[in-house]
Parts: sequence; structure tokens; C-alpha cells
Amino acid sequence: MTTKNTSQPVTRRDFLKLGIGALSALALLEVGGASLIFLQPRSLEGEFGGMVTAGLVDSFPIGSVVEFTNGRFYLVRSHDGGFLAVYRRCTHLGCTVEWEAQENRFFCPCHASSFDLVGNVENTPAPRALDTFPITIDAGQIIVDTGTIQTRDAFAPDQLVYA
Amino acid sequence: MTENTSNWRQKILYKPETDDRSRMRAVANNLILHLHPTKVPAPALRWTYTWGLGGLSALTATLLVITGILLMFRYDASIERAYTSIQYMETQVLFGSFVRGLHHWSANLLVITAFLHMIRVFLTGGFKLGRGNNWLVGLFLLALVLAFNFTGYLLPWDQLAFWAITVGTSLLSYVPVVGTAVSNFLLGGPEVGQATLRNFYAIHVAVLPVLLALFMSYHFWKVRKDGGISQPIRDKNERVERLTTIPHLVQIEFAAAAVLITALTLWVIFVPAPLEALADPSHPPNPAKAAWYFMGLQELLLHMHPLAAMALPGIIVAGFILIPWLDKQDDNIGLYFRSRKGKQMALVGAIWALALIPVLVIADELWLDLPAMFPTWPTLISTGLLPLLLTLAALIAIYLIFREFGHANPSEALVGLFIFLIVSFILLTIVGIFFRGANMALVWPV
Ligand code: HEM
Ligand code: FES
Repeated sequence: MTTKNTSQPVTRRDFLKLGIGALSALALLEVGGASLIFLQPRSLEGEFGGMVTAGLVDSFPIGSVVEFTNGRFYLVRSHDGGFLAVYRRCTHLGCTVEWEAQENRFFCPCHASSFDLVGNVENTPAPRALDTFPITIDAGQIIVDTGTIQTRDAFAPDQLVYA
Repeated sequence: MTENTSNWRQKILYKPETDDRSRMRAVANNLILHLHPTKVPAPALRWTYTWGLGGLSALTATLLVITGILLMFRYDASIERAYTSIQYMETQVLFGSFVRGLHHWSANLLVITAFLHMIRVFLTGGFKLGRGNNWLVGLFLLALVLAFNFTGYLLPWDQLAFWAITVGTSLLSYVPVVGTAVSNFLLGGPEVGQATLRNFYAIHVAVLPVLLALFMSYHFWKVRKDGGISQPIRDKNERVERLTTIPHLVQIEFAAAAVLITALTLWVIFVPAPLEALADPSHPPNPAKAAWYFMGLQELLLHMHPLAAMALPGIIVAGFILIPWLDKQDDNIGLYFRSRKGKQMALVGAIWALALIPVLVIADELWLDLPAMFPTWPTLISTGLLPLLLTLAALIAIYLIFREFGHANPSEALVGLFIFLIVSFILLTIVGIFFRGANMALVWPV
């Protein structure tokens, strides 16, 4: 054990050393922080990330799935008439899922996950149901906010939006 | 031969020296040659000791820098123009396809030579007697090489590029707490897009080359600082012949470089670098595969939860980092496989991997369904923690069996475990490259 004499006054040399050290550390932090801010994720170009007007409620039949390529979602109308905007990005590792009408499922070609009409996992490896975007219905128009990704473990009825 | 050298060469390049003393001075005074010692022990020059792998890696890295700079003049890092600029290079620019091919295949070759170099260094105990730091620097260089390939892979903006990077970076989002933020930062947004291409381009052509130059220089300097490459410990009175670097080492290096460049050039002429269709964010190809050197990791993903598929290689890499501290027996330095016993352990390790890995891959494909076996457990446990712990337990068991039943000392048992891991990794890579078809199902290669 080293015994330290704490009552010893700080010498001028120690003070300067400490000061320079602290200021250098602060400067480094500032430069690092500034670089991080400089490199921050840029806002997305194009439509994705904004409000997408999908169309009139009545133009989507019960049980239909319509792809919005630029908005990157599928507009699903469930069998009881509720709407769900399903993000097309597979929850496993991000590939784009495809709606297979004959099979009545979303299928991911990357590692063969599949999801049912409302996005629930039918086949792993996908760990959870497909993400969704919030929907608002205004004067019969369906508006999807593609800037807000909602994650969920599984489908629940209260996720459906009705006209 | 040197007596007849023409006059201009003497004046401009260097005076070919004929006596040992001036040859040694020539090495010491030349910028490039001074990376070498002036004299080397004769056994260190044996081709079958290093296989020249470090040197070939350095040469390949140099080729990459030269061709990379050329490519920068023709490439356009925007998602509208990247693909067409590559297409233009392939079809319109004289030697465009050749320069691109040379860059592409050199990059692939460097992965192989750096990987084999690591194996050779491990097997000859090149990390012993003060060489531990250089082992760490070497691992970092290998990580740099992989980072180069990962970022470079995106640049052509074709289907392969887009989906390999999408899948690769999505892995990050499974890392708790910081994962998504790091992924957003790297991609410049939530999905692979223009910002990603910019980021990766800057990293590929500026950040990584600077790091590579710094760490390669340090690597070479350290080899010399550590007293040259590793050699077996010899008796005090055993005399080892020492040869001058010129001509003995330099001749070998020139020959190796000539063979490599010739072989690579021929390969590039006959096999142009691939380019798939333009990236289409709505339609992934099926199967969507990673670059071949990442397919071992991709194969893990098909068997484990993504977090486990990242943790396992992470833990193994941590083990590799610790090797100089795990194997502290220095007297077997410079001997391939340490000893006869070490060689036996390596053989056993290789055979076990050859037997076990295919069986496991097939069993998991056909019969094993972990989530169904433990339906009440979350998948993070049933397909994540469970297989991860089982694998780690198996690795520890293999080591202990080598120690107890193989009567190997720690140094020799580690050789067996190392070979088991390397062979397993190569087998997984082969499965990923050749035996995975549509939907990533197991198929027989046609
Ligand atoms: C860009 C990649 C690399 C280059 C250009 C490179 C280059 C070299 C060269 C020229 C040597 C001299 C001996 C020889 O040729 O084998 C060497 C030795 C060495 N390398 Fe590397 N290397 C690279 C990557 C690595 C990796 C991945 C490792 C291991 C993790 C590593 C660890 C070492 C060690 C420990 C030595 C000393 C070996 C001994 O004394 O036997 N290097 N390297
Ligand atoms: S990315 Fe969809 S299953 Fe893997």
C-alpha cells in the first residue's frame, strides 16, 4: 500500500498538468461530439417517412391486401373490415416480404419466414409479427404515417383501425 | 549475373553489390528494403515455414490500393449512378473490366491469404516470446480486411450488394440497447439507401485505408522488433547459417510476387468480376446470400437466434484474442503443431469437425425443431441461449477430452480445439456456398 499525504498543497506544476489534461479531455469530447452530430442519420428522401394518402375506405374490399411500393407497406383490410398498414420489412433480418395471394400469406425469400394476413408469424425464424404504421381515417380517406414504425410481438384486435 | 548490369540501372536504381557487407548496407539504406533485416537465418527462409502468406497479403493489399485508386476515378457513389458507372466501366472503358476484376479478385484473395496467414502463425506459435502484441495487431488487420470487403461489397449497388448489406446490418438491431442506434448511424437512416452508400464509400476509400496503412506498418516494424519471425529455440552451440537478405530473401520475394501477379492476371482475364441486376428494394433475390466468406456466419443464422449467431463468433474471437495468454508454453515456438502430440490432437479435431458438422446441419434441417420442442419458451432461449450454451459446452468438453484422455498439455490441446474450430467454420462456409438453394433449403449442388 502506498500512503499518500493528502494535506500536501497542490504545486503549480501539478495544477497546470491537471488543468491541461482536463481541458484536453474536454476538447476531445467536444470534437468527438461534434463529429457524431455531423455524421447523424440524414432525413430520408422521397415519400418514405412521410404521410401517405392511401385512398378511400370503400376502394379496399374485405380481406384485400394492396401494396404501396413507395410507402413500403401493405394496406390490409381484415375480414371484419378493419385496416392495418403492415411494414414490408421482415422482422427477421430486413428483407422485403411479398404477399402471396394464393397462399394467403406474406413470404420472405431470405430465410423463408411467413406471416398471415394480419402479420402474425406462421413460420420462423422471424421472431415477431410484422411491424405496422399508424393509420388515421379522415373524411373517408386512409392516411398512413410511414414515419412512425410500431413494433409488436403479435397481432391484437385493437391494432385494427375502423372507418 | 550482376556484373553485366547496364550502366543506367546502376545510376538510377541502386548499385548491385557483390560482397556481403555492401549488400547488407544496401538493405539498410533503402526505404522499402529496410523493412527487412540485413541477414536472416536460413531456416526462416524455408518456403514451407511461412508459405509466404504475410508477404503475399502485403502484396495483395498493395494491388488493392493501386486498383482502388483507379476505380475511384470512374465510380460514382450515388444510388442513381453507381450501378451504371460500373456497367459503363465493364462495357465501355478500355481496361475497365480488367481493373475492376483485379480489385474484386484481389479483395477475395486477401481474405484467403490473411486467414491462412493467421492459421500459420497460430500453428507455429508465432505469437509466443513477446509476439503477443503483434498477434493482436494481426487480428485487427484481419478485421480491417473483412470491413473493407463488407463496405466494398455495397458499392456496385446491385441486388447482391443491397440484400447482403440489408441482412448484415439488420443483425445489429438485435444487439440490446444500442443496436438500432448503431445500425441507424451506419446506414444513415433506417434502411439501406443513398446515405448508406455515401457512408460506406467514405469508410471504404478513406477511413479503412488509413487504418490499414498505419497498422500494416506497425505490424512489419514489430516483426523486426521482435527479432524476426519465430524460429525454434536452438541449442546454444548449434550454429545456424545466416544468409544476407540480398539476394536470398529478395529473390524469393520477387519470385513469389511474380507468380502471384501472373496467376491473378490470368484469372481476372478469364473470370470477370460478377455484377448482378440493379438493386431492387422491393424484391430480394431468392436465395439472398451473403458474400462467400460470410457464409459460415450466415449458416449459423439458419440454426440459431440472431443474437446467439452473433454471440458465438464473438466469444470465439475473444478466445483468439486471448490465445497468447492461454498458451504460455514458449519452448515449443517455431514448431508446426507444437509437437507430435499436438499434430495428433489437430488430426482428431479435424476428424471430429468433419464428422459432427454435417450431421448437425442435416439433423437441424430435417428433425430438430427447437421452438416446437420447447413451445412455452421464448425463441431467444429455445433457439438462442440453449444452442449457444450447448455449443460452448461442447467446445469446453473437446478441450478437456484432449487434456484428460489425449494426455495433451494445454498448448497441444489448444491446437486440437483451434483446428476443430477452423475446420468447422470452413465446413459451414462450404454448406452455405454450395448446399443452400431457394428459401435457404438444403439442396444438392448441381
Ligand atoms: C493485412 C493483413 C496482414 C498482412 C499484410 C500481414 C503481413 C505479415 C508479414 C509480411 C509477416 C512476416 C512473416 C510472414 O510472411 O508470415 C507477418 C508476421 C506475423 N503476422 Fe501478419 N499480416 C497480416 C495479418 C495478420 C493476421 C490476421 C494475424 C493473426 C491474427 C497476424 C499475425 C502475425 C504475427 C503474430 C506475425 C509474427 C509471426 C512469427 O513470428 O512467426 N498477421 N505478417
Ligand atoms: S430476413 Fe426474412 S426470414 Fe430472414
